[in-house]
Amino acid sequence: MSVHIFPDPFVPADILSAHESSLTAGSFGATASFVGTMRDFNEGDDVTSMTLEHYPEMTAKQLQQIIERSIQDFDIQDALIAHRVGQINPGEPIVLTAVWSAHRAAAFDACRFLMEALKSEAPFWKKETLSDNSQRWVEKNTPGYSD
Amino acid sequence: MAVYSPLVTTKGTISTLMTIKAKFFATLRESLNIEQVDVNSDEVANVTDVWRVATAGEPMPDHVLCSVNLEHMPADTVVKDGDEIAFFPPVTGG
Repeated sequence: MSVHIFPDPFVPADILSAHESSLTAGSFGATASFVGTMRDFNEGDDVTSMTLEHYPEMTAKQLQQIIERSIQDFDIQDALIAHRVGQINPGEPIVLTAVWSAHRAAAFDACRFLMEALKSEAPFWKKETLSDNSQRWVEKNTPGYSD
Repeated sequence: MAVYSPLVTTKGTISTLMTIKAKFFATLRESLNIEQVDVNSDEVANVTDVWRVATAGEPMPDHVLCSVNLEHMPADTVVKDGDEIAFFPPVTGG
């Protein structure tokens, strides 16, 4: 299991590949991953960039605990969370969650758990810069479920 | 903006004992203009007291979240010397 905090852009496929190479080939049959990417719009406004603030020591601890809970609560082999901080531009990945397991059900469920848990527990805060150069803090997350 | 500095006792000596560290993030850091301050632990019993002393009596907004030593905790949590308390708005990562 691993937690990554990146102050600069990262390539999710590279992180996935590097982590998977540390696992025993043939020991897992399912890999589920989610990538969250910065949009250039929010709440009807054009967004030109975003700054992600965090509480570094608590972020590391909370993300590690979320991964440990996923391994305890789901039948999975391993999990990973990567998250950007600092200034982010539209199109750049913000977050990556990934899970490896024997079968797809646990992989899908645990990957969803990682995202929803970090969205509600990990101390990150987004501040958007709009096209008129004004700035505003994002006050709440969008719902995690469509229904 | 306030930043960390060791407490100075009435005898003029620098002390790092009997203090609780209070941190503020995001909107709270900006609106209060406080990033981090030390609070004398003799003056506080719980997290709410730390807010009161650290902010010189500013009312705590309803939405504020608290942590004690990097764990989410309610505002009535008892605090002790050496604790690190943080105050922040709802998180919006991911």
